[in-house]
Amino acid sequence: MTGVTGVAGPLRLTWLHTRYQVLETLRVPVVVVSTAVFPALVFAVFVVPQAGGMSPVAATAATAQLAVFSAMSVALFTHGAGIAEDRALPWDTHLRTLPVGAAPRFVARVVMGAFFTVLGLVPLVLVSALLTSATVTPAQFLRALLALLAAGVPLLALGLAIGYSLPAKAALALAQVLLLPLAFAGGLFVPPDGMPGWLQAISVWTPTRAGRDLVTSAVTGLDAGTHVVPVLLGWGVVLGAVAVWAIRRDQGRRFH
Amino acid sequence: MPAPAVEVDRVTRTFGPVTALDDVSLHVEAGEAVGVLGPNGAGKSTLLSLLAGLRRPDRGSVRVAGGDPREPRARGRLGVTPQATGLPQTLTVREVVDFVAGHHRDPVPRREVLERFALTDLARRQCGGLSGGQQRRLAVALAFVGRPQVVLLDEPTTGLDVPARLALWEAVRGFVAGGGTLLLTSHHLEEVEALADRVVVVDHGRVLVAGTVAQVRGRTDVRRVRFRAAHVPGDLLAGAEVLVHDGDRVELLVPDADGLVRDLVRRDVAFHDLEVAAASLEEAFLALTGTPGDRS
Repeated sequence: MTGVTGVAGPLRLTWLHTRYQVLETLRVPVVVVSTAVFPALVFAVFVVPQAGGMSPVAATAATAQLAVFSAMSVALFTHGAGIAEDRALPWDTHLRTLPVGAAPRFVARVVMGAFFTVLGLVPLVLVSALLTSATVTPAQFLRALLALLAAGVPLLALGLAIGYSLPAKAALALAQVLLLPLAFAGGLFVPPDGMPGWLQAISVWTPTRAGRDLVTSAVTGLDAGTHVVPVLLGWGVVLGAVAVWAIRRDQGRRFH
Repeated sequence: MPAPAVEVDRVTRTFGPVTALDDVSLHVEAGEAVGVLGPNGAGKSTLLSLLAGLRRPDRGSVRVAGGDPREPRARGRLGVTPQATGLPQTLTVREVVDFVAGHHRDPVPRREVLERFALTDLARRQCGGLSGGQQRRLAVALAFVGRPQVVLLDEPTTGLDVPARLALWEAVRGFVAGGGTLLLTSHHLEEVEALADRVVVVDHGRVLVAGTVAQVRGRTDVRRVRFRAAHVPGDLLAGAEVLVHDGDRVELLVPDADGLVRDLVRRDVAFHDLEVAAASLEEAFLALTGTPGDRS
């Protein structure tokens, strides 16, 4: 007899929490601007000036790289630093007293991250379409979104692991420390062909490189390489385990 | 027969080496209003966090509105106030009310909530821009949004001015009059006297006394004695809680005021301006725990 309890159903609760998490984040202009504009800005600075000499495939791949960057910065900052900050707020504790379980709140957070990743893609794709020779078919675009989803899983786990294991200041610092090395080593700014040999060797082991290769392959039709699936899976399992451990530890400390 | 609104049964809860609650039982019937008194660190907040489902007892059981507050469903019948300073800074008053209401199938309409807690004019303001008193009013209002059977209020009117406090009390009384159950902690003993029928005094994780406001006072049975005297023999003050002894001004809490006055006369103490009064709840509480209400 669900009517007796008078509590909203799980889908409605998930939607409610998603809306409010998005709304809360949208109210902080700095976050919105940096999330929405940064990938497009990097693209405009690094890629657009050389767009004249670029093949359509190279320009499309460059766009795909920065789509992965958008997902990574959301994972590190919106999830990593953001969760760590939320955990310190009394409001987060109050949410635990409302008639909502852990699942709707967790799903809402993941969906909110996806929303901001897409928010970062819009200006990027626009700049790319207008100022470069990059092209995609609708089918490639759809495949790229799915590839981005797969590439995003280890990054999401990384963000959760950081957010639930570290205090706010440390989480923000670690997110900042990780951002550029993961971006450069993953070939998100400069394509892997331009890397020195030693960086190449490291690059293939990073989750960002595997994600990049998967997404660029989806838009260009080029072979992704055999390393992609094991590297994404490996990082997904390892970082996922760390995230689960961190979440459990946090819940046990605050709510046991 | 309806289940008790709040049932704490032989609960023990420790945090590392600290025993926050030691074999505590508390039984609150539906429609009752109970005040929990005790100094900081007495175990009040631990008790509330168990009732709100935030923490789990090590031993014993906690039930609220007929369910385990660790279950979201049971919390649907429970109203809790957030810390006033912890409201989401960027959301507006109406957004926060709508958000909490969104958890319930049949919440109190927003307009009614805002009116009852004098928030109508602030509806479109962001929480971060509200004064302390306004945030506090919103925080208390949120506990009532889901038509709860049981409401937990933690220091509801700390920092409010007198008219705001009276208005808030009015709203809370309306809830209890309508059959709601209230559990309240406060440092404002006046507040507990104003809102609660029954008082539970806790200290060191144990329930020291439970009863009606009058009973608790009666059981402590202390009187406040005030007089002026240039010199008071020290042994006369031995059994008393000395509140003031400043020059010739003396103010004491004593279990036996009659005996003290007889002694003063018998020993020829040159006292004047004698006053004897029933102790306030705060003073009764002081005599019970032997510590001022605000120990830290």
